[in-house]
Amino acid sequence: MDIVVLVKQVPNTTDVKLDKNTGNLIREGLESIMNPDDRNALEFALQIKAEYGGTITMVSMGPPQAVDVLSEAMGMGADKGLLLSDMAFAGADTWATSYTLGKAIEKIERFDLIICGRQAIDGDTAQIGPQVADFLDIPQITYVTDIETVSNKEVIVKRRLEDGHERVASQLPALLTILGGANNPRYPNIGGLLAACEENAPLAAWNAADIGVMVNDVGLAGSLTHVIKTYVPKFKRQGETLEGTTAEVVRQLIQHLGKSEGASACKAVAATCRLMADTKQEGI
Amino acid sequence: MTVWVETDLCDGCRRCLKACPYGAIDMKAKKAVVLDHCTSCGACIQVCKNEAMLTDVVPREIPDFTDRQGVWVFAEQRKGQLTRVSLELLGKARSLGEELGQQTAALLVGNGVSGLGETLISHGADKVFLMEHALLDVYRSEPYTIAMETVIRDHRPNILLVGATHIGRDLAPRLAHRLGVGLTADCTELTIDPGEKILLQTRPAFGGNVMATIANRYSRPQMATVRPGVMKAEEFPGHKGELVNIEISLTSEMVRTEVLDSIKEEKRAVELSSAKVIIAGGRGVGNAQGFEVLRELAAVMDGEVAGTRVAVEEGWISSDHQVGQTGVTVRPEIYIACGISGAIQHRAGMMNSRYVVAINNDPRAPIFQVADWGIVGDVTEIVPELIEQLKQGRENVIGL
Repeated sequence: MDIVVLVKQVPNTTDVKLDKNTGNLIREGLESIMNPDDRNALEFALQIKAEYGGTITMVSMGPPQAVDVLSEAMGMGADKGLLLSDMAFAGADTWATSYTLGKAIEKIERFDLIICGRQAIDGDTAQIGPQVADFLDIPQITYVTDIETVSNKEVIVKRRLEDGHERVASQLPALLTILGGANNPRYPNIGGLLAACEENAPLAAWNAADIGVMVNDVGLAGSLTHVIKTYVPKFKRQGETLEGTTAEVVRQLIQHLGKSEGASACKAVAATCRLMADTKQEGI
Repeated sequence: MTVWVETDLCDGCRRCLKACPYGAIDMKAKKAVVLDHCTSCGACIQVCKNEAMLTDVVPREIPDFTDRQGVWVFAEQRKGQLTRVSLELLGKARSLGEELGQQTAALLVGNGVSGLGETLISHGADKVFLMEHALLDVYRSEPYTIAMETVIRDHRPNILLVGATHIGRDLAPRLAHRLGVGLTADCTELTIDPGEKILLQTRPAFGGNVMATIANRYSRPQMATVRPGVMKAEEFPGHKGELVNIEISLTSEMVRTEVLDSIKEEKRAVELSSAKVIIAGGRGVGNAQGFEVLRELAAVMDGEVAGTRVAVEEGWISSDHQVGQTGVTVRPEIYIACGISGAIQHRAGMMNSRYVVAINNDPRAPIFQVADWGIVGDVTEIVPELIEQLKQGRENVIGL
């Protein structure tokens, strides 16, 4: 069972902080990580390999430093890493990205299964999986939470829906996108990590010429969608910071809520507010 | 090959050889030769002193799309039930269509679903394209892509909106790729550019705190997905529309997947999208016990508990309680954000709340910028105090 796993290096966006004056993102200390869902994808690939043998090839598109996620994947047990890196790939939308990944996968001799994370935390589009599947003309199953069985011809998986799940069978080769939390990804082992850093480690970097694409068809130039404006959203909020001891700020908060139209939504707030008003009058 | 050398002009200076980032130029008989793996990047053209490097690559132009008419919506149904988001999108499609002077259509795909046509028409569809086939009974990526592709190629719409459900997010990217068109995911706002008359698609973008407006100038239909709950469904009583049957030719060989079972899971009573009061917790809540305290507050305030992605990933709360870009979009009267930093992905799911209260020990947390009232302090101190004070009020009123 030869498996290709798509992986992306992303900034860790779970701990975002803003500059209070400019409203801009504070990038200092923002680390780069392997996209969380991709970790689950790789874990399934490793489990399948343990049972059926075969090789796992990691494919990533990104700047040269994205090689780190490939090394990490090899530390977890992947066999090979392929980094698609070229200035020409920069600024790609999902159309151009899936074209680039698809052209590279076509060059890989054989695969039975492509596994990727459902979506990346820096874009949240969930488009790359289905688009790569369509590029390669293979079936796709998205939102996979469990892989039940794999044979030479078929894979049976569990797919999550909003109100339940489906069991779906697909002919091979197929592409699966894995939901975060579907399994518990293993930690990389030190030996594997060190091996991935050696000079003869099975890591390759391919540029536009290596995958046989025209520069105009990839990256920003090959994209069909373009960002024409970005802005910091403005909110019509009062934005008042309450100050004082814990008891005081909580009291102020209840009073503010009680005076607002939100009071009608919460009986407890309205009642407490009335109580506060009564106590105050008694005090006078 | 799209770059070549005019041999008569080449003086063999080798500048192009050095400039080529791909090693795709060689020298033969003191003249430059372009090799097969040239990517047409143009680096050689810029450095050539003799203008000997030629190309037939033309700068990209925006094609004429004036013949592309109609604002369409994928009317997603499951077991004969229309999803709410399909009706929400029809309302939006109708207002976009009015602005463009174009008709609104719904694409109804399934088997034995023609009865849903009326609902789509009363929610704004001028036309309902009905595609029925035994192989379209249960949603599967391949036959649905084929059905949608057929009707789009024949009827050439301008815009196509798809609800960002698990099915919509499976179908839309495959379909967009099949058609060779751009797709913008999870838009929170859709407008028409007054000058260019193109669809402006706004969504939260990477960078943590920005909204990006995205245009799709080079392909049609302009495709976008929109999450449930973002737009509002509207009814147009007495609105007349037409049901159009579309023949779809499908054979079982075209479909390589099979749905073996479909199991509906009993939804526990999490109705975040209709809750009046929501107590939400993030990383700052610290642990599962912290969420117990939030549940207590929710009980006192007759509200629901929700969490951020971090809280869900940590296992403090189940994923059906997640608010944000990847979770649910909510619009309660009161939203109390406890220990939530307020990444855009989270804010995208709660910014339509009527009143927002933020409790966080980091005064720089972005959540304070979207809060009506902020308390800088420890959640583990503030929340119990809030419960205590509200309980007093509650107990004071008999019957609560």
